Amino acid sequence: MNSEIILSTRHLCKYYPGVKAMDDLSIDFHQGEVHAIVGENGAGKSTMIKMIAGAAEPTSGTILIDGQEYTKLTPAQAKEKGIEVIYQEFNLIGGMSCAENVFLNQNTSGGKPIVNFKERARRAKEIFDRLGVDIDPNRPVNTYTPGYMQIVEIAKAISKNIRILIMDEPTAPLTVSEVELMFRIVEDLKAQGITIIYVSHRLEEIFRIADRVSVFRDGHYICTNDIGNITRKELINLMVGRELTESYPPRTVTPGEEVLRIEHLTGNGVEDISFSVQKGEILGFAGLVGAGRTELMNVIYGEAKAKSGKIFIHGKEVHNSSPTAAIRHGIGLIPEDRKNLGVFLNFSINWNTVIMSLKDVCTYGIVSRKKESAAAEKYRKRFAIKAPSGENLVKSLSGGNQQKVVLAKTLAANTEILIFDEPTRGIDVGAKQEIYKLMNELVEEGHTILMVSSDMPELLGMADRVLVICEGKQTGIVERQAFDQAHILELASGEQ
Amino acid sequence: MDKFFKFYKKYGIFVVLVVLFAFFSIAAEGFLNTPSLMNILRQSVVYGVMVVGVTIVMISGGTDLSVGGQVACNGLLIAYMLTHGVPIPVAILIGIVSGMAFGVLTGTLIASLKVAPLVVTLCFMLILNGIAVVVSGGYPIYDMPKSFLFIGQGNIGSVFPFSVLILALAVLIGWFILHKTYFGRQIYALGGNQGAARLAGINVFKVRVFTYMISGGFIALGCIMLLARTNSATPTAGATYPFDCMTACVLGGVSWGGGSGNIITTMLGVVIIAMIGVGLLLMGFDSNFQQIIKGLILLMALSIDAIQRNKAEKA
Repeated sequence: MNSEIILSTRHLCKYYPGVKAMDDLSIDFHQGEVHAIVGENGAGKSTMIKMIAGAAEPTSGTILIDGQEYTKLTPAQAKEKGIEVIYQEFNLIGGMSCAENVFLNQNTSGGKPIVNFKERARRAKEIFDRLGVDIDPNRPVNTYTPGYMQIVEIAKAISKNIRILIMDEPTAPLTVSEVELMFRIVEDLKAQGITIIYVSHRLEEIFRIADRVSVFRDGHYICTNDIGNITRKELINLMVGRELTESYPPRTVTPGEEVLRIEHLTGNGVEDISFSVQKGEILGFAGLVGAGRTELMNVIYGEAKAKSGKIFIHGKEVHNSSPTAAIRHGIGLIPEDRKNLGVFLNFSINWNTVIMSLKDVCTYGIVSRKKESAAAEKYRKRFAIKAPSGENLVKSLSGGNQQKVVLAKTLAANTEILIFDEPTRGIDVGAKQEIYKLMNELVEEGHTILMVSSDMPELLGMADRVLVICEGKQTGIVERQAFDQAHILELASGEQ
Repeated sequence: MDKFFKFYKKYGIFVVLVVLFAFFSIAAEGFLNTPSLMNILRQSVVYGVMVVGVTIVMISGGTDLSVGGQVACNGLLIAYMLTHGVPIPVAILIGIVSGMAFGVLTGTLIASLKVAPLVVTLCFMLILNGIAVVVSGGYPIYDMPKSFLFIGQGNIGSVFPFSVLILALAVLIGWFILHKTYFGRQIYALGGNQGAARLAGINVFKVRVFTYMISGGFIALGCIMLLARTNSATPTAGATYPFDCMTACVLGGVSWGGGSGNIITTMLGVVIIAMIGVGLLLMGFDSNFQQIIKGLILLMALSIDAIQRNKAEKA
């Protein structure tokens, strides 16, 4: 491809405390190409988008637009340069008309303060016509299907003087025919010389519409290829790439009798999930972000309602209508959003440890501080929670130690089945090892673990079996002997 | 700046108390004598009992704008019973129970509709204030039985006001609930982080309803004490009560949104509010002017609380 380079980055880095979200990215985008970006969860795709759109400030490195160098962009600068982003979640105002959404926060009256609604509707109609879709500019946008809402998003982007359109998983909410329509629009935009940066998990789409494809992995840029020079197999291998470098502690436990059985569970965005877990087993859950794993866990934990399906614990059917009920049945959840849902940051370690098991430290409804600190002390010693005393506030602890507090409070409630949702996210390497060891100890003691993780090596290192979910549906259960990253990734992206 | 906030968090309320006291001692003639100080005490007592309830609600992450409406309605109800031959203990009991029942209604609505407490209690503020005026025709009810007035005016020995004893008891009960019981833990948990509280298996609905029920009881008790002190139930009484109670709580270190605070320091907030009322009156400023000052103080207390919270979130 010989066309002009419109946007590039040089040695672009974005570090968050403890995490290298993007390390040394140097990439070029040509005018009028559809450039696909692929990579697993956490590969750094979103980080790149944010830096280019001015939503995140690079730690170091530069962004070049038309040969002009920037060390950071503001959202206003990015827009002025003709960069627009269509994010995964819609940024539309539901009750407002399609036309008003297209021209949101744009003055179409040449700077005058009075809005000419008729004129706006006419101009929106023009854009819709150009896109070849029949959308009524006066109808509220939320009366349309997600596919049409996506097109309103595109119209919103191209109503401005746009040169680069970034699309983050644009087809995720669309039906098959809507996807076709969107592909046609992408082709049209490309023909007009607009550069499209297309982020997608769906490899099939990429082979269909992309000119070139770049692979990211673990915050690193791997390579860029013309789409004709690469096969799907090669692409998946590039995405997975890494070997199991981290070590996972071995464990010696033979799973025993069945503890939890789920039959045809449907609701909260998941469909027909069935599995069974044995005592002392770790069942992993793989899937892409938004596949419905956390949603499934919320149903099991009673945080969300099931439409149909059954949950059995030790062969007896249970109805988890609320977390309170689930805890009574011996289920505990270590949530993904630790700071907002796992711990009470402004309270002490002791206070947090007993909050789920207050009855055990109370006599006649009165909290016994002695029992409280004894209970908390037990876990603080056992988990080696690093703090001078149990009276220290949880917010003063590191991520790993906070996670141990969540675990302590869950175990203090006598839970048998533990749901770990992304147990090591945002935790440094050393503390990860400790969490893995603790998980092993727990199953050896007879607990059963359901583990959701987007970190594939971690999942394969820890789980006995892995259940794969794709778009809310169960696409397979893989046994440990058959663990293969590429195969699981295929199942997770619905390629099989 | 950081130092200022740390200092304020620990000692702010004492500093405000001392500074205001010194200011009024100098600026307001007649502030530093027994009748004025007793007046502050008597006003503090009525507010104090109500603030025990409001503190519990606010620590759980709620608010209550209907305090004034409750005072007006409940006051009329109790006064009507007392002036129509209902025995004093029965009237008191019915008053407190109806206050608690009203709390259950408020709490249930808030918890089941999942609407901001501010909005629901705002509606009740309008409804109750309206009911009070409509039902009474705008006329106060006065002349309570003499023995009833003892609650608000009587002394033990010849100097120690009986009402202070009631306040002490109310504070003790509030303190015990918040700091000693299982339920108190759940109140702090709910205010500190509702999402985490729910996932920890706490019955959010129940805790929400109970906090409003307890608060309704304390507000009714405060209302009884007010009635016994003033010997009349006025339908327009209590218009500024919700804001005075809130100001006392926030000055006393209850975080807007809940999760922190304690009953002892909110009592100092109560004294501050009462002192401002008495002090400004002695200086010749009417209640309208007092409103301006109290509004400014609430704004200041909220700002400091909000700045601290925003800082904590950034860190």
